[in-house]
Amino acid sequence: MSDLLLEVGTEEIPARMVDGAKRDLRRKFAESLQDLGLTGASRISVEATPRRLALFAEGILSRQEDRMQVFRGPTRKVAFDAQGNPTRAALGFAKRAGVPVSELKIGPHGKLMSQRTIPGRGAAELLAERLDGIVLSVRFPRSMYWAGRGSPRFIRPIRWIVALLDGKVVPFEIAGVRSGRTTWGHRRLGAGPAEVSGAASYREALRSNAVILSADERARRIVDGALRVLPTECRLRRNPKLLTTLVNETEFPTPILGRFDSAYLDLPEEVLETVMLVHQKYFVVERPDGRMTNRFVAVANSSGDPSGKIRTGHERVLRARFNDARFFWNFDQRHSLQERTEDLKDVTFQASLGSYWEKTEANLAAVRGLASALKLDDAARIAAERAVLLAKCDLTTEMVGEFPELQGRIGGLYAATQGEGDAVAEAIYDHYLPLGAADSIPRSTAGQVTAVADKLATLGGMFRVGLIPTGSKDPLALRRAAFGAMRIVLEGGLAISIDQLVSIAGAGSNAAKLRAFLVERLKHWLLDRGGIAADVVQAVTAASDRTPIDVLARSNALAEVRATPDFESLAVSFKRIRNILERAGGADAHGASEPDPVLFAGAAESDLHEALQLVSERTAACNAVRDYGTSLLSIATLRPLLDRYFDEVLVMADDPQVRANRLAFLASVLAKLSTIADFAAIAPEPVRRRRG
Amino acid sequence: MTFQDIVMRLKAYWAEQGCIIQEPFDCEVGAGTMCPETFLRVLGPDPYRVAYVQPSRRPADGRYGENPNRLYKHMQLQVILKPAPTDVVELYLRSLEHIGIDLSEHDCKLEEDNWESPTLGAWGVGWQVMLDGLEITQFTYFQQCGGLDLEVVPAELTYGLERLAAFIQDVESIYEIRWNDRWTYEDVRLADEQQYSAYNFEEADVDMVWAEFRLHEAECGRLLERYGELEDGGSRHRFPILAAFDQALKCSHLFNTLQARGAISVTERAQVIQRVRTLAVGVAKAWMDQQRANGRQSS
Repeated sequence: MSDLLLEVGTEEIPARMVDGAKRDLRRKFAESLQDLGLTGASRISVEATPRRLALFAEGILSRQEDRMQVFRGPTRKVAFDAQGNPTRAALGFAKRAGVPVSELKIGPHGKLMSQRTIPGRGAAELLAERLDGIVLSVRFPRSMYWAGRGSPRFIRPIRWIVALLDGKVVPFEIAGVRSGRTTWGHRRLGAGPAEVSGAASYREALRSNAVILSADERARRIVDGALRVLPTECRLRRNPKLLTTLVNETEFPTPILGRFDSAYLDLPEEVLETVMLVHQKYFVVERPDGRMTNRFVAVANSSGDPSGKIRTGHERVLRARFNDARFFWNFDQRHSLQERTEDLKDVTFQASLGSYWEKTEANLAAVRGLASALKLDDAARIAAERAVLLAKCDLTTEMVGEFPELQGRIGGLYAATQGEGDAVAEAIYDHYLPLGAADSIPRSTAGQVTAVADKLATLGGMFRVGLIPTGSKDPLALRRAAFGAMRIVLEGGLAISIDQLVSIAGAGSNAAKLRAFLVERLKHWLLDRGGIAADVVQAVTAASDRTPIDVLARSNALAEVRATPDFESLAVSFKRIRNILERAGGADAHGASEPDPVLFAGAAESDLHEALQLVSERTAACNAVRDYGTSLLSIATLRPLLDRYFDEVLVMADDPQVRANRLAFLASVLAKLSTIADFAAIAPEPVRRRRG
Repeated sequence: MTFQDIVMRLKAYWAEQGCIIQEPFDCEVGAGTMCPETFLRVLGPDPYRVAYVQPSRRPADGRYGENPNRLYKHMQLQVILKPAPTDVVELYLRSLEHIGIDLSEHDCKLEEDNWESPTLGAWGVGWQVMLDGLEITQFTYFQQCGGLDLEVVPAELTYGLERLAAFIQDVESIYEIRWNDRWTYEDVRLADEQQYSAYNFEEADVDMVWAEFRLHEAECGRLLERYGELEDGGSRHRFPILAAFDQALKCSHLFNTLQARGAISVTERAQVIQRVRTLAVGVAKAWMDQQRANGRQSS
């Protein structure tokens, strides 16, 4: 058994790529070990800091197993002449196999055979051949070359390599850097190069040179350290993403508590938070009730701040940033959003769709379409129309120029200060929502309509000019736009059909594609956020995918009853009906004529027929008020009658008139009961398995 | 330490590292990268080391001298090390210590920041250097310039001198920076900021600037075309490619002016960038051709 230590010393790896590089190096190394036959019972782990990827492999095989190589040659008849002397064929084979003819054996089918043992090679020489390739195979989103055109690519230049197998250097080279046993510590806190002899001495060398190798330990140092410096009654506003960034950006992190003039708290919290989190990578410090304080926590790549210089430095930068924000706020007030509508003509929305003014006009048309489809009251309609007119104007402000991630929200804040009224301001503020899965949808109806209009107009425009996402590629984030629109429709309960949405979007000749695109998002929502089983989604949308909130109501109702025994049995009966009709030429062929009760042969038929009339009247009434639960319960009452029908009635009767009548009857059963869902699409199996 | 002390010390430091200390280039540019000392010298295999201060004009960034952190024209110290030495990051960090920053008392991080200039057909990867949360330098390993993959990878260090000075002098506003013991940055530069903001945002005659743009574009294009038509190396060897590059830089600056003036429409913007890029890429190709013809950059 052998232990390997591999450290790739680099210049600073971008924080967002560190975790991916760790995973990839581990995987590529494990694959190579497997490939080389050295895996054994090895344990592999990878740690990383901005300046190093360190791989530890314990218990790998020191040597490959020997393996037997078998050569097969000509048959005995060909290899030896009548006197038993070897022919040229035998001599040639012996030469190829590297043995004298006397050592050749006769194997299966009377063929000559030679066996040879290939001794396994040692891990040291194999790794020396492979490690450079393994390191360079680690994938990064964007790599570079540094040692001249055509030289190896990596995320940043490699400056040193440690490669030790049981304490001995595994020699190889990447872009002129030779592997060895010398590592480097922290750029400023480390003492310089350090010689190491293996994993233990390596960890020790890093520790004494101010590098905390473990990401978990760096995270703890940040979180625990922050607790110690925070005033009582205060806490860090939780932000796992920021924590990961800081962990991957430091080798020896130390949290530093800073403060700013509380006068800046007059600025919108959105702006303050963006400056702190996004631009400066500081944690927001909040009170137990969540209110922001005038403190922040910066994380220095340093052991401490005895002179206070780091703290005052960060405070000064934050002050300048907040001053900028205040300047932008005041400067932006010189022109109201209304006055900025004219400037939208100079801001590109999309090359083939023109400016943001043209986009605004498309949004306005979409709002009008939505208002009429949804029969909005005047107040909501007027607010939404005003909101879309102004919604994009913040793109011309200094504040959004500086903080693009605040677009929309800045517009909403400005609208409020410019007397646009809460309804308009809120609708503008919310109109990009929902962006991520964690976002909620816009708060008010006007906001929902504004947001849906914005998304629909984008979708319509892009589809119209043929910019339709294919495969996994979606550079314009149209799936997100469509999913966002669908979320608002479903979660906001907007009574509008897919066809209305498509027509409002105005996708031109690609309307059918947009319709399918929206239906896909609708199904995705039901599965992903609605928690509806796939077969229920399939059954419900097969009956009709016209109106999203209606699809949702039917899905919920069906999901509730689907697991009951009556329903599973119904599903089986429906599959049977569908199969019978299909074998007889399809449901459409038989649905044209009403069944004639005179031709019924017994109670099984006439009872079901009678019950069907009652149930279908009942369900029609329930469906009209979207009481699909009651509808489904009512349909479920047909189960014994259906079972009896199939027990007693032979659909494919000899008499053609009777047969046609029975088929017409079954077609009407299918038609009358399939308004909520295509029950035949329901899969009974998974439910049974759950019970068993 | 005064503003000019910082500049002089940094120049002295890089001179010790073998850099030519150049003076600023005398055309309007948006960044030190655009000067021939960077744009043309990074092409080809020949080593080069140079440092220079470059006043960089960004018309849209003007704030009439009212914003303490924004300038129409700021000073960059541009350093090119070609090829990038293996200890380039350390060399850079030591330059900070050379101007009195004891890094063991500060928080210094290299944060990913890749650079791309569509008008120059150039891009590279690198970092922004953050000192106690303040971005003081752009550090770039060039990968491509003038649309050409670079044979040798240079490191480009671009110091923001005003930010650095404000940091070292611990002042809140760029205008409070002490240029020397007697005069401040405001004394020296406020009038530029006020007047050029007024020019770029209000006074620039759009038609006139457009006409200028077209003249310079035509002159650059004419020169590149002439160069292409020359047959023998003899008449190519002193052909004014450098003068053609001046014309391309003029176009780039005039484009920036037009943009600040709000005179570039939506559809025009991408097209104008492409027009300037065509000039810059043409210059880079012609320059490399001429260098080879002259027996330089011979590989």
